[in-house]
Amino acid sequence: MWKWLHPYAKPEITYHFTGKILPWFAYLSAILLSVGIVWALAFAPADYQQGDSFRIFYLHVPAASLSMGIYVGMAIAALCSLVWQLKLADASASAMAPVGAVFTAIALITGAAWGKPMWGTWWIWDARLTSELILLFLYLGVIALHNAFEDKSLAGKAAAILTLVGVINIPIIKYSVEWWNTLHQGATVSKLGKPSMTMDMLWPFIICFLGFALLVATIICIRFRTEILARNSMRPWVRELVDKIEG
Amino acid sequence: MNKYNSIVTDNQLSIKANLSYRAAFMLILKRDITIAFRHRDDIINPLLFFIIVVTLFPLGIGPESSTLSRIAPGIIWVAALLSTLLSLDRLFKSDHDDGSLEQMLLSPHPVFILVLAKIVAHWLLTGLPLIFIAPILAVLLHLNENSYGALLLTLLLGTPILSLIGAIGVALTVGIKKGGVLLSLLVLPLYIPVLIFATSAVDTAAMNLPFNGQLAIIAALFIGSLTLAPFAVASALKVSTN
Repeated sequence: MWKWLHPYAKPEITYHFTGKILPWFAYLSAILLSVGIVWALAFAPADYQQGDSFRIFYLHVPAASLSMGIYVGMAIAALCSLVWQLKLADASASAMAPVGAVFTAIALITGAAWGKPMWGTWWIWDARLTSELILLFLYLGVIALHNAFEDKSLAGKAAAILTLVGVINIPIIKYSVEWWNTLHQGATVSKLGKPSMTMDMLWPFIICFLGFALLVATIICIRFRTEILARNSMRPWVRELVDKIEG
Repeated sequence: MNKYNSIVTDNQLSIKANLSYRAAFMLILKRDITIAFRHRDDIINPLLFFIIVVTLFPLGIGPESSTLSRIAPGIIWVAALLSTLLSLDRLFKSDHDDGSLEQMLLSPHPVFILVLAKIVAHWLLTGLPLIFIAPILAVLLHLNENSYGALLLTLLLGTPILSLIGAIGVALTVGIKKGGVLLSLLVLPLYIPVLIFATSAVDTAAMNLPFNGQLAIIAALFIGSLTLAPFAVASALKVSTN
């Protein structure tokens, strides 16, 4: 595996590789999202209890699970950058942090908008809401620490340590908050094999989820490429690229 | 301040390179406590802050003893978090400024041990006094009589966690000029589990129910952070001092 992976430690090769896969992510996500959202918002059956307002589920749940997924991805990149000193892992972690923060914020805002008609209030100090809010704080801490350093590689290392400390803490925070108070409905989708929703509601959800996941991949790819260019701006291959564009 | 720091580290730590781990630990511990006693403000000010914050709550919420006794554990614990945060800055800042921190990192002893000694010193100087003052403040807040034991036990187990986790945040921000606000942003979210279990233990004790479950979890958090945090602090210090 290492033999297959090691060329990608070179920024130039990774830059061109991500350039090749970026359009795939972008087009697939555009197709899936346009199909999925239209299906979810217009054609999927309404919930027998919550009526049409449950449709925000198709945005809320993907955003919430992706917000946690991005943190895990960031933690893996942080581990790689600390253990194997991979500079690109550093760049990818710093590309992921703001995207994760935005998706956490989307999950919180759509959750509040869903809570208003269902629970009668914008905000409840419920376990999942609280742990999502704390996740947002962790993201903002990582971003703030990143911005506080002048030197990019130092910033990357410091943020990597904080990310790893955070990833150890996330399960602890999650369970502590869960024992503290629980009101949120249980998981509906992740019960493998026997999801507690009908298939004609589940299909648009799966399509939406994949669409959002690919959207995240697209945005992270773009940010990652910019990060590579910014960090290697003095290298000859970047100069060549610039010369080519400027003609 | 510079004078004391450099005298102790330069002469004792770097020359006696063949110190045992225990001796190195005790040396740093003694040094930090000596320095702190020569700057008593650093010990007293966070305590005064703790007392004043607790006093503000009855003034803001109203003097009814039923309300106060209901929220007393939360107030005392939040005030403890904030005053620990206030005192954290001292942990590495002056050592970083006068260069003795770099000397420690260069010494042949594992950084883990030196860092642990500094954290223990920090707890002895800030966490322990909190535990002595907390019962008096609990009287002011009409804390339920059954809860005193629980409050003291949670503080005894919980404040070392605050020092240990806080040390990670300080180590990350020590090289930054205005790290104070950033430090609170990094550290406070990580304090949440301690706060939740500690206040829940005190509340349970008020209802005359057993609270050893919560205590066991706080103890587990303590052991976990005691074993893991010094490593994180050591690697963060290496980043910060570059």
